[in-house]
Amino acid sequence: MTARIRVPKQARRGEIVEIRTLLEHRNESGWRRDDQGKAYPRNIVTRFVCTYAGEEVVNADLRRGISSNPYFAFFLRAAETGELVFRWQDESGAIFEEKARLEVV
Amino acid sequence: MRKPGPRSRGTSRRRFVAGAAAGALAAPVLLGAREGRAAQADLEAAIRAITKGAAPREGRVTVEAPALAETGNAVQVAIKVDSPMTAEDRVTAIHILLEQNPEADAGHFALGPRCGRAEISTRLRMFSPQRVYGLADMSDGSFWIGSAHVEVTLAACVDIEIK
Repeated sequence: MTARIRVPKQARRGEIVEIRTLLEHRNESGWRRDDQGKAYPRNIVTRFVCTYAGEEVVNADLRRGISSNPYFAFFLRAAETGELVFRWQDESGAIFEEKARLEVV
Repeated sequence: MRKPGPRSRGTSRRRFVAGAAAGALAAPVLLGAREGRAAQADLEAAIRAITKGAAPREGRVTVEAPALAETGNAVQVAIKVDSPMTAEDRVTAIHILLEQNPEADAGHFALGPRCGRAEISTRLRMFSPQRVYGLADMSDGSFWIGSAHVEVTLAACVDIEIK
């Protein structure tokens, strides 16, 4: 499982910055069947959280309608130089974490 | 060769197009009418669960989605809400709902004060041609809703093995 994130290195104070994320994950809904008709066991990503300088930007409660390799894009307001932490959790309890630093000038 | 019966693809498709043109909620092509009504009930129940029974107002929410998707495996959508996103007047959550999926709610996105724009993009699994709804919770306690119709050629339930 690899997380791919796109965060600009630098932003001006007050600038609205787009953040794009993708987690390589089957996000198996349990609806899909193999050629024997047996369902693939369900294991979806149920939670995605992005924090910026310790404060939440987005906190998502996810269901089976999200595609495999969950992709999310959203916007934050650049306020101070700080760390962005991205965290995904799936139903097996696995946690995936990625970090990035945004420099505010 | 089997001759197309009265419920052939052509007939249901014409009916579907006619229904859409009449401005009615699109008749489900892959589901029977009974399942269609059940799905509609699920959507309404999912909306009520979010709004605690309040009826959301139409407007302020724009759903950007392709009019036609080749497959329902990963349909890219953007939910945009008209809001200044200030400390006093902001969107606190965006919910994405799918009227004909086996599970009506796809995701609930709580937006923190660090969020700079009331907008979320993601990719959805879609089981049939249907409307995608965006529901927004405002800091003043009001709820707003918008939607877009997506025609899906190949539903996500028949998706092929992902390599």
